[in-house]
Amino acid sequence: MAARIQIPRDAKRGEVIEVRILIQHPMETGYRHDDVGHLIKRNVINVLSCRYSGVEVFRADLSSGISANPYVQFYTVAEASGDLEFNWIDDEGQQGSERQFIVVKG
Amino acid sequence: MKRRDFLAGAAGALAFPDTALAQVDPLDPLVRELANGAPVRKGKVTLVLPQLADNGNSVPIRITVDSPMTAADHVKSIHLYSERNPVPNMANFYLGPRAGKAEINSRVRLAGSQRVTAVAKLSDGSFWYDAAPIVVTLSACLDES
Repeated sequence: MAARIQIPRDAKRGEVIEVRILIQHPMETGYRHDDVGHLIKRNVINVLSCRYSGVEVFRADLSSGISANPYVQFYTVAEASGDLEFNWIDDEGQQGSERQFIVVKG
Repeated sequence: MKRRDFLAGAAGALAFPDTALAQVDPLDPLVRELANGAPVRKGKVTLVLPQLADNGNSVPIRITVDSPMTAADHVKSIHLYSERNPVPNMANFYLGPRAGKAEINSRVRLAGSQRVTAVAKLSDGSFWYDAAPIVVTLSACLDES
């Protein structure tokens, strides 16, 4: 599962930064049928979490009410240089993870 | 029944739901369950949706909460509810003082024209909500591809 994280490359200490993540995932609702009429099993990302230098700063419970290729944007305070690490898991138990380093100055 | 009694009764029946409406919208038992008996007041939360969405499969949504986001006073969680989706609780977002700013942007699926509600739980235990109506021209598909 590919994902793209967009954060500023660097920030000042204490600055509120915008964090955006886009994950490639069908977010299958479980209400659709395939060509031969069988129900397609639900497969959505349940939990998405973001840890900043190992500390959880954001978590989301998603459902079939979130669009395919889920996009989430939120904010966090730049405290120290470190990794923003995202983890997520879908109904089929597939886990995904992506990280991005941010440099904090001052 | 006398006409006077009937009118008094009708006025009473009308007056009570009104007081209930002022507290929580007719919306959801779900919201009430979330608040667990605490009042859910309108305000602080701002929910931004387009007035009209051509396609319910991907509707941009923005939720902002008026909060200083300090350790003493911050938003703990934001909950999104839909009136008509088969899964009414679309998403829950958990924040903390480290968020710095209580704003979430995302994209949701909506099965038809409806009202969407966002409820925020603050660190002092209070609940606030905002609701927005939206017209969806093409529903997110439920039964076909």
